[in-house]
Amino acid sequence: MQLDDLYRRVIMDHYKNPRNRGKFEDGTLTVDLNNPTCGDKISLQLKVDNGIVQDAKYTGEGCSISMSSASMMTEAVKGKTVEEAQDLASRFSALMQGEDVHFDDYEDIEALSGVNKFPARIKCATLAWNALRKGIDEKQHDH
Amino acid sequence: MNSAIREQFPILKQEINGHPLVYLDSAATSQKPLAVIEALRHYYEYDNANVHRGVHTLGSRATDAYEGAREKVAKFIHAKSTKEIVFTRGTTTSLNMVASSYARSILSEGDEIVLTPMEHHSNLIPWQQAAKATGAVLKYVKLQEDGSVTLSEVEKVITDKTKIVAMAYVSNVMGVVNPVKEIAALAHRHGAIMVVDGAQSSPHMKVDMQDLDCDFYTLSGHKMCGPTGIGVLYGKQALLEEMEPVEFGGEMIDDVGLYESTWKELPWKFEGGTPIIAGAVGLGAAIDFLESIGMDAIEAHEHELASYAVSRLSEIDGLKLYGPRERKVGLVTFNLGDVHPHDVATVLDASGVAIRAGHHCCQPLMRWLEASATARASFYLYNTKEDVDRLISALIQTKEYFG
Repeated sequence: MQLDDLYRRVIMDHYKNPRNRGKFEDGTLTVDLNNPTCGDKISLQLKVDNGIVQDAKYTGEGCSISMSSASMMTEAVKGKTVEEAQDLASRFSALMQGEDVHFDDYEDIEALSGVNKFPARIKCATLAWNALRKGIDEKQHDH
Repeated sequence: MNSAIREQFPILKQEINGHPLVYLDSAATSQKPLAVIEALRHYYEYDNANVHRGVHTLGSRATDAYEGAREKVAKFIHAKSTKEIVFTRGTTTSLNMVASSYARSILSEGDEIVLTPMEHHSNLIPWQQAAKATGAVLKYVKLQEDGSVTLSEVEKVITDKTKIVAMAYVSNVMGVVNPVKEIAALAHRHGAIMVVDGAQSSPHMKVDMQDLDCDFYTLSGHKMCGPTGIGVLYGKQALLEEMEPVEFGGEMIDDVGLYESTWKELPWKFEGGTPIIAGAVGLGAAIDFLESIGMDAIEAHEHELASYAVSRLSEIDGLKLYGPRERKVGLVTFNLGDVHPHDVATVLDASGVAIRAGHHCCQPLMRWLEASATARASFYLYNTKEDVDRLISALIQTKEYFG
């Protein structure tokens, strides 16, 4: 077991210098998700206009994997159409299943590929992405 | 404790990620000695049959083995009779039985249930549900700064409206031992009954129902060297007599008509369906094993390990230890600076050291501790000072890794 597969420099960078951490002041679509087995929490806010994710922020508590994954996800989805964001989430699921997928649009995410060798930690990495899927679903139900 | 005891646990003789396994998660579930593994094997190889019904020889052997295990439990916790020992799936089931059958029949609006914020979810949610169903009110004992419970704080919340006091004997997060004997006496003076969650006490110390004088007590076999899926509900005979069964069906009946039925006598009226026969046999073997070493010796060993762990952990800069510094039970809960406990547990696992990270099924207590999660190392009779040393060096490495 190589710990460095899990904790690459990119992951530690996102953990220690999180991007998009915080809250929008105005009422924006908010998704709260918990991982009840371990106590990780995320509150994700998405600004979606004209089918495009204009902006995203998150707050939460959790380990380096769950919080760095949230940081990367929010970076990656900004400016994407809803369909592109859904595609990102699908590719992320595939990455967690050990498939050889690429994120040319936001390469940092590939640093999380090592997580699939740590089955107990996959749910940490997917928390933010599950919140993204839930948020997009809710947005689409509005229309 | 000597290496002969460790030899009894085959699972410990393996390497994890290239390092000899150091298992420090016994508060979640304990490892199983050969005596228990062999008892299960022997039961299935020679004695397996359904109980209380077969006329044939195997049926008698299985019944004897199952009821023999009940006698061992009764002696182990000093119950007055085997009628007071109900086999269940574990502590969660046992507590739910008391909360859904006994509690709901005696509670009415405005009655009080007294709990502490340190309770495991299984000694919390059943009471929340019973309170919702009956209009009873939950009241919480204030914890001391070190997380312990004092009799005087219980006195402040208990009243003559209190019908039930429910509390862990030993906290699964902080390792504190609650004064349940004194609290049971106090509860009785107010006309309340005392329910003790014994999941974390039964594996580690002598427990005596006559001395504690609690009304209900629960335990889980898998935390005390027994198999998973078997546990016990102890209840004073008069209370169990009053209580309606929770599950109805085969095994638990006396006479069945088309419209009405009657129940078997204690304890079988609570054991509907084919019981957990092999589990009970395994629990019986676990009790024999623990008693062959002696509960006092186990307690002394854990006390020594816990004290050693507390002093070594205190050497680590930035490590926050939760709970009292002096502890009898082999369990330490901590956080390593800003490093999230999941990350701590993963790095420790890479060195072969297994600990628990998370909220330990105690979310209200986590809020009280102002921690979203903690790391927990828990010891048992097979652990050694070398295990504590391995924990400490792995923690120092973790600190450097995340430094």
